[in-house]
Amino acid sequence: MTVVAPPGKLTRQRVLELASERFPAATILVRPNSVPCLLVEAAHLIDVMQFLRDDPALDFKSLSDLAGVDLLKWPGEKKGEFLHSELMVVYQLHSLNHRHHATVKVILKRDTATVPSVAGLWPVAGWFEREAFDLYGITFSGHADLRRLLTPEDWTGFPLRKDYAYPESYGGVALKREGQHFDAGPYA
Amino acid sequence: MVDPVPSGSICPVRTGGGLTVGSRPGDCELHLTAVEDFLNWGKEHSLFYLLFATACCGIELMQTGGPRYDVDRLGMIPRASPRQADLLIVAGTITHKMASRAKRLWEQMAEPRWVVSMGSCANAGGPFSKFSYSVLNGIDKHFPVDIYVPGCPPRPEALIDGVIELRERVRRWQTLGVRPRDAAVIA
Repeated sequence: MTVVAPPGKLTRQRVLELASERFPAATILVRPNSVPCLLVEAAHLIDVMQFLRDDPALDFKSLSDLAGVDLLKWPGEKKGEFLHSELMVVYQLHSLNHRHHATVKVILKRDTATVPSVAGLWPVAGWFEREAFDLYGITFSGHADLRRLLTPEDWTGFPLRKDYAYPESYGGVALKREGQHFDAGPYA
Repeated sequence: MVDPVPSGSICPVRTGGGLTVGSRPGDCELHLTAVEDFLNWGKEHSLFYLLFATACCGIELMQTGGPRYDVDRLGMIPRASPRQADLLIVAGTITHKMASRAKRLWEQMAEPRWVVSMGSCANAGGPFSKFSYSVLNGIDKHFPVDIYVPGCPPRPEALIDGVIELRERVRRWQTLGVRPRDAAVIA
């Protein structure tokens, strides 16, 4: 099928082709009517991101968002089937010139959870990575100032992980109240 | 000979059985009252509040200070510095991280100081009280609160009603002599 792109704008299909020609190792997740999505290894992340940012045909000069995802007990197709126990980092890219988008995903081991920082490519990633470190415990190697962003500096644990255990108290203030329960729900 | 109190004379203190003498034109007006009552009269009518808001209650607080509800008429003027403020209105959700900052503001206020906890979040954690990892279940865990105003957020009338209640408390405040200390912080 031939896709005719409007002038100055890449189609979703063409973005996928350009990226996969350059990086055969990257898995391309195709979902209908969705933005192009690349699943890459953490070791190749910086190379892929550098290409996506600097290639004139792709020109992803803007990192719209960076988010952590906890894939623990990610449901499979069958009932009661779980596919993953890993963590994932999702990068949303946007090209201001060509007005197209792309998503890059990296899946990480739960115990190590380390991925290279892209703050050298997009300075805004420094804030996003601090947030993901704070809430998911993902370490971004090469980040200049990887501290907690939203929770207090001496907070323990990573609150948005699905197996997070809520602390009984913080700073001398009991958090648990009578009649309340802080269980992890179906993920405990 | 004591003249009756003429209309229009300065009679600032409503409680304590004040006595006004010398009402003839040109006379110096003199009012007899207790020092406590006089000082509390001043405090009650000049509750300067700290500009401090953390969530949507802050919008209602701004509206309360705006022209329609206009708490200036109660002598309440917003101050940007805790050193100059008498009243801390905790307007909005307090997270654990914010709580230490709010407590520092409270510590910087000169005594006597009063605290109004505005809205369900500052009272008890509000909708976040049960499952949030970040929200404090009520600011009274960190410093004593005089008046709790319920609501999510409270309307300006509710906040003004809380302030009127607080003014009763201010009127009974003992400046001189022995006074009860601040209530222990509820942990």
